[in-house]
Amino acid sequence: MAEPAASAMRSAPDAEPMLAVRGLNAFYGESHVLHGMEFDVSRGEVITLLGRNGAGKTTTLRAIIGQLRNRRGSIRFGGVETIGLPARRIARLGIGYVPEERGIFASLSVLENLHLPPAVGPSAMSDDEIFELFPNLRERLDSQGTKLSGGEQQMLAIARILRAGSRFLLLDEPTEGLAPVIIEQISRTIRILKERGYTIVLVEQNFRFASSVADRHYVVEQGRVVDMVDAGVLEQNLGKLQKYLGI
Amino acid sequence: MLTDLIGIPIQALAGQLLLGLINGSFYAMLSLGLAIIFGLLHIINFTHGAQYTMGAFAAWIGMTYFGVNYWWALILVPLVVGLIGVAIERLMLVRIRDIAPLYGLLLTFGLALVIQGLFRHYFGASGLRYPIPPLLSSGSNLGFMFLPHYRAWVLVASIVVCLATWLVIERTRIGATLRAAQENPGLVEAFGIHVPRLITITYGTGVALAAFAGVLAAPIYSVQPQMGADLLIVVFAVVVIGGMGSILGSILTGLGLGLIEGLTKVFYPEASSVIIFVIMILVLMVKPEGLFGRAH
Ligand SMILES: Nc1ncnc2c1ncn2[C@@H]1O[C@H](COP(=O)(O)OP(=O)(O)OP(=O)(O)O)[C@@H](O)[C@H]1O
Ligand SMILES: [Mg+2]
Repeated sequence: MAEPAASAMRSAPDAEPMLAVRGLNAFYGESHVLHGMEFDVSRGEVITLLGRNGAGKTTTLRAIIGQLRNRRGSIRFGGVETIGLPARRIARLGIGYVPEERGIFASLSVLENLHLPPAVGPSAMSDDEIFELFPNLRERLDSQGTKLSGGEQQMLAIARILRAGSRFLLLDEPTEGLAPVIIEQISRTIRILKERGYTIVLVEQNFRFASSVADRHYVVEQGRVVDMVDAGVLEQNLGKLQKYLGI
Repeated sequence: MLTDLIGIPIQALAGQLLLGLINGSFYAMLSLGLAIIFGLLHIINFTHGAQYTMGAFAAWIGMTYFGVNYWWALILVPLVVGLIGVAIERLMLVRIRDIAPLYGLLLTFGLALVIQGLFRHYFGASGLRYPIPPLLSSGSNLGFMFLPHYRAWVLVASIVVCLATWLVIERTRIGATLRAAQENPGLVEAFGIHVPRLITITYGTGVALAAFAGVLAAPIYSVQPQMGADLLIVVFAVVVIGGMGSILGSILTGLGLGLIEGLTKVFYPEASSVIIFVIMILVLMVKPEGLFGRAH
């Protein structure tokens, strides 16, 4: 497949973005959902994918991690083409995924949920570091995973991929359905991670939250990126963004 | 001293209870394996009975042709038969994973018939004798009953194996991974875990459990091609009664139904061969998902 933005990656190898998505098409059975997604994420950046319901944001994350096998185009992560790899190999490259429904396992305790993902990188966080970031979890380790509140489940879902050592995180609507104080806590966590050099792709509907943490925003419509707005020029583009998102 | 209970001699009662418990421990081991396999592969392993038969025949063949004694057979046979299970999973079951469950049923049922037919062809249908290991060939008089040591051993060994399996599943890391994969294999894979390999190991382990039961059974039941198929019919009823949901549930249901069957032999022998099926029908009417099952 042609790489339309290849010119952007012509220079030295370390100038290549951490994640480069080119001409990504994805399918659920017969239905063609992504139509040539293109975007880049540089190391240490927090970017968002914004878009209306059904735009294809979740599908994009599922295609990147490889949960959706039926995909075409190019997804390069850290210089490795992952489009043909199974999900387990992609995760082992150091990508951590928090699905939209959080994916906390009911038959596992909180501690078992936390310890489930195997190490995928050298920078795995210790349990103590995890509990420093998410103090609520420490008291609940023996509870059934799904007995946690929605906010705690979200924190557990983030905690377990940090513990595995992923430095590149795919977070699908981490604030969905959560109370403002919990959203504030998650936003603080994301800023801490950003300071520590983590790279984050954030899917969000909550525009206020998204704008408080992200460096750049990609606007997704009908399975493709239709616009990109830098955090620096957000104010000037607010009207345009609101029109895209229908808010 | 009390020697009988409402006209039934204590001796006979205790003897039947022991027999019932032993049958129950076989129900438990086999339904446990079925439950583990079903939980991850979503296949009802109709080959399970044949794999139990393979265990018994492998022990007999090992002893007759290779001089492998009982104790070695107890270790080696589950390994060998488990590896055959791994091959079956890798070569056949893996190909039907994403299509209708009916294919899994047809394939495993067909395999069972083939395996059974092969044993009948080479060893006949009349049954082979496997000696009780010398160490356990005697018995003890407990006062109220005579306890053959081998039968006591079967009971202890099967309960230990069942509880160990339960502990591994409920208390270890690999067990947690297995439980997670039962719930959401796609997400487990997206964490970097090799789910297809986990499926293979799980199937192999379930098969090894059946083979282990087969070796335990060889000295007390006649080693013949039909032995697993006969047992499996009852085990399916046990599984329906217990429900597929819980490991501990399968163990308890297996033992409990064995006991009930034994008691029926004492108090109302005419019903002893159907009592489990009667209970199955009752349970289906009252709690269709089984005593320990989770409704879907
Ligand atoms: N499992 C599926 N099978 C078939 N179609 C699907 C499936 N999942 C999603 N779709 C379709 O794909 C399109 C994109 O869905 P996706 O979940 O990626 O949207 P989204 O941008 O994440 O939306 P939301 O903001 O509501 O989460 C939608 O039209 C949806 O109906
Ligand atoms: Mg979504």
